[in-house]
Amino acid sequence: MDKEKIKSVLEALLFVTIRPLTLIELCDIVGETQNQILELLAEIKNDFANRKSALQIVEVAEGYQLGTCPGFSYWVKKLFKEQTTFRLSQSALETLSIVAYKQPITRAEIEEIRGVEVIGVLETLLERKLVKIAGRKESVGRPLLYGTTAEFLRHFNLWKISELPSLEDLAKEQEREEQNDSGSRDLPVEEITPESEPAPVSQSQIEKGSEQNA
Amino acid sequence: MKPYEVKLEFFEGPLDLLLFLIKKEDMDIRDIQISKITQEYLATIHLLKELNLELAGEFLVMASTLMQIKAHTLLPEEAKLEALADGPDPRAELVAKLLEYQKFKEAAKILSEKELEVKEIYYRNSLPIFEPDDFSMDATLFDLLDAFKKVLKDASQELKELLYEEIPLEQKIREILDVLEQKESLAFIQIFESSRTKREFIITFLALLELIRLKQIVAKQTELFGEIRIYKLEEAVTQNPLVSGENQPLSN
Repeated sequence: MDKEKIKSVLEALLFVTIRPLTLIELCDIVGETQNQILELLAEIKNDFANRKSALQIVEVAEGYQLGTCPGFSYWVKKLFKEQTTFRLSQSALETLSIVAYKQPITRAEIEEIRGVEVIGVLETLLERKLVKIAGRKESVGRPLLYGTTAEFLRHFNLWKISELPSLEDLAKEQEREEQNDSGSRDLPVEEITPESEPAPVSQSQIEKGSEQNA
Repeated sequence: MKPYEVKLEFFEGPLDLLLFLIKKEDMDIRDIQISKITQEYLATIHLLKELNLELAGEFLVMASTLMQIKAHTLLPEEAKLEALADGPDPRAELVAKLLEYQKFKEAAKILSEKELEVKEIYYRNSLPIFEPDDFSMDATLFDLLDAFKKVLKDASQELKELLYEEIPLEQKIREILDVLEQKESLAFIQIFESSRTKREFIITFLALLELIRLKQIVAKQTELFGEIRIYKLEEAVTQNPLVSGENQPLSN
């Protein structure tokens, strides 16, 4: 097969798949070396960008898949108007973050950290395929163990779990935020010195930003 | 008798409530003023009960833990040491739990930010992610409760309990929607302007929570502990939140 033909094949595969395809899968199907495939994927990416396509190759969950570029949600929302919005609740996000960092983990261990029951939330997450059963713990009662899925990675656009900041970094971040907080509460706004570290971008700022883009 | 019961999806646990109160009082987790926090915690629990909100058992367990820690601080020094020799320090345990929980709350925030970043990417055959209300942060149940506590306190002198008057939740719900029909948004306190009795305040608040649950309205806050405003969700008007499920076939 010539290069252009392989590129077309790759494009077709990435279009039909409903989950990200790994490099190994692509190599198996196409029958080329990993380096060759990687090179061609990069070329397809460029081609898409050059002709200002609405599609892009998204690198996610240790794989590749075609997805839309940002900027079309206005119309996509119209298309899917029958469907309810899908946004994870706070309890779902907290439960997910515990599973992500502590997996494989039992339900009781999640509940110990959150301080509340998580049966309902876990069921929803299992249904949404964001969490899977990852085996049984070899302890009394052999409780089920839970872990995250490829869908989890895709939902949060992660290549792999280790991309998330470490818990230690999060604790430090938290402390810095608190110091910033109390500092700004003591001083009138005008007196905050310019060299003080910029506060991390807050949720609301991000949301405001995305609204303007929409 | 329980004439009304509201179940809340955005109901988080006792650790979440404690963190909220500690932050509100500007305290350090490692240096909690236990009597003040216990008092605030119990006041919130009391309000939740009065509202007939489904209260998870964990909230009561935490209340007793707090009181146990508080009692411990009142012991004379010798007895304190004795109590410590008997078992683990409940205060240190609580602090450790709060610090651990806080880390995951932070992680959840990061996930939520990630979720927003990619909500514009759509894939074939998978549920699209979108939200109608992305302009500022949602006020949590605790923010709403806190605001409600203040409203009740400010109004307590004028409140009359003379007449027992049954006001159906549905009627209040309609009233709130009617007002929002004419205005884009309302300050939290304005919702209660027509309320005369404590009972009516409570029903109004419950109506508000129910409307939030049904995604007919949203409570928004521009900053932490800032003023809460109520917005009507446009899309919810044409769409009955009780029927529309994501399992509906696309061809509908």
